[in-house]
Amino acid sequence: MPVDVDAAVIENRRLSADYNVLSLAAPEIAARAQPGQFVMVKTSGGNDPLLRRPFSIFEILRDGGAPIGVSIFNKRVGVGTTLLSRVEAGAHLATLGPLGRPFEPVDPPAEGWMVAGGVGLAPFVTLAEALAARGTRATLFYGARRAEELYCVDLFEALGVRVVLATEDGSLGVRGRITVPLEAALGDRPLGNPVKLYVCGPTPMMRACAQLAAAHGRACDVSLEQVMGCGLGGCYSCVVPARGAAGGAPHHTRTCIDGPIFDAQRIVWEAVSGHG
Amino acid sequence: MDLSLSIGSLTLPNPLIAASGCFGYGVEYADVVDLSTLGGVAVKGLFLSEREGHAPPRIVETPSGMLNAIGLQGIGVHRFIRERLPELRERRAIVIVNICGTTLDEYVEVARILSDAEGVHALELNISCPNIKEGGITFGCSLPGTHAVVSAVRKVTALPVIPKLTPNVTDVASFAKASEDAGADAVSLVNTFLAMAIDVHTRRPRLTNIVGGLSGPAIRPIAVRMVYECRRVVKIPIVGMGGIATADDVLEFMIAGANAVQVGTMNFVDPFIWDKLLSGVREYMTRHGIARLQDIVGTVDTRAREQAWISS
Repeated sequence: MPVDVDAAVIENRRLSADYNVLSLAAPEIAARAQPGQFVMVKTSGGNDPLLRRPFSIFEILRDGGAPIGVSIFNKRVGVGTTLLSRVEAGAHLATLGPLGRPFEPVDPPAEGWMVAGGVGLAPFVTLAEALAARGTRATLFYGARRAEELYCVDLFEALGVRVVLATEDGSLGVRGRITVPLEAALGDRPLGNPVKLYVCGPTPMMRACAQLAAAHGRACDVSLEQVMGCGLGGCYSCVVPARGAAGGAPHHTRTCIDGPIFDAQRIVWEAVSGHG
Repeated sequence: MDLSLSIGSLTLPNPLIAASGCFGYGVEYADVVDLSTLGGVAVKGLFLSEREGHAPPRIVETPSGMLNAIGLQGIGVHRFIRERLPELRERRAIVIVNICGTTLDEYVEVARILSDAEGVHALELNISCPNIKEGGITFGCSLPGTHAVVSAVRKVTALPVIPKLTPNVTDVASFAKASEDAGADAVSLVNTFLAMAIDVHTRRPRLTNIVGGLSGPAIRPIAVRMVYECRRVVKIPIVGMGGIATADDVLEFMIAGANAVQVGTMNFVDPFIWDKLLSGVREYMTRHGIARLQDIVGTVDTRAREQAWISS
């Protein structure tokens, strides 16, 4: 059951001109949050922008073990995210959550491979924690255009996650898209060693990862983001063409309540609109 | 303190109804709202069969509002009765089913099916969706068409019949009158305003459907004016809507002439809005010594305003 919290901004940590991590005091949400779930944040007190914005829960903030809030990983793109990049500690933001279907973390001996592109890093800290708690070996494949756009890798290293980086300009890690080292790793792994992929990033990247997973016979979940009106299943804005869990013809399926986490094989990728 | 009202044979405990298209099938909100505390739940528009709706993007924000072109995606009347109505019944919701048709026969058939279903309390006729090409608005934009569809549904159901009117006509009040003449128990207004938004960099429309319906606080003053105009020509109850965000907005619509209101877009922004609206209305009643909320309906005092202007 989601709650709406008038959350005080604890800290706005600016990572660069375009990225920031916003920590919000919301113990009720933090206590209920599961990996991969999201919150709907009102970016202004007034009517512009009118609607809330969906954000994956980036971190569950704790104080001496007790959940005190959540953070969001924000990339400045439009009006709402620009407001969130500027907000100062002490401000209050209406925050509704936790929402959506969470990730299902795998247990050992299976491994969990997280594949993030750019701001798609957002849902993976919570998943990495859940995998670590189960003793599941985890790897993060994380790609961006250049080295300066790879953030918060230390959070994953602290959880014992193996990190594989890729940059399009070759300034750090493998040169090229993140699918390059991912494909190599999938090819190297014997089929008897189970692994599940968890993917979040631009639509073409998720589509490519879904194809790689299928080609190598690996399970693959994706975290989808679409323009969302309400986050609760009321407005039918955030639909993607998806087959049912048991197969069948694809239907427009709400990412807010049937997702945001989907089995990648359910998605009709050639019909998904979204960020390039 | 009496907040109740009647629409035909139906009594609503209060005037706050969740607007169709903005509340799913109601069950989606059962975790955050006690559905039995609402004046009613107008569920998403239903055709005879399932519909996929338009390809996304389906919404875009505009100043103090939003455009939508969902395209009436829906599960159809049979699946609704099987899969959603039992839970709505269990949660004691007052269920107003918004019904759609591409032909007059489809409206009649959907109305007939719902009239036999246990737990449906009223039918709202969607003759005003701007986002579908066939049926619907073609009835809502023609006076004989409105009269024909309301009379045809009237003949096959004992449930209260509430045509939902479009503002995309020259004179909404004449459509309210046509509805009343055809036997409607109430009218609801307004549906969204046909509108458009363009990305100037790509020169493409922001919605896949090119055009969509504008809702939210941006349209409220126009909707209030239209309710006021309708109140002057019909006696049946009016369900007013258009950007309601606060208790004052509820009261504004009622004073203009609405007996009940629907809240749509602002429920997206704040799904916990209902208690806030209700307590605000109660505070107003206490402050102004109003025992029965229906007593304020249509009480806008235009005469006083005219006198003030003349004497100034």
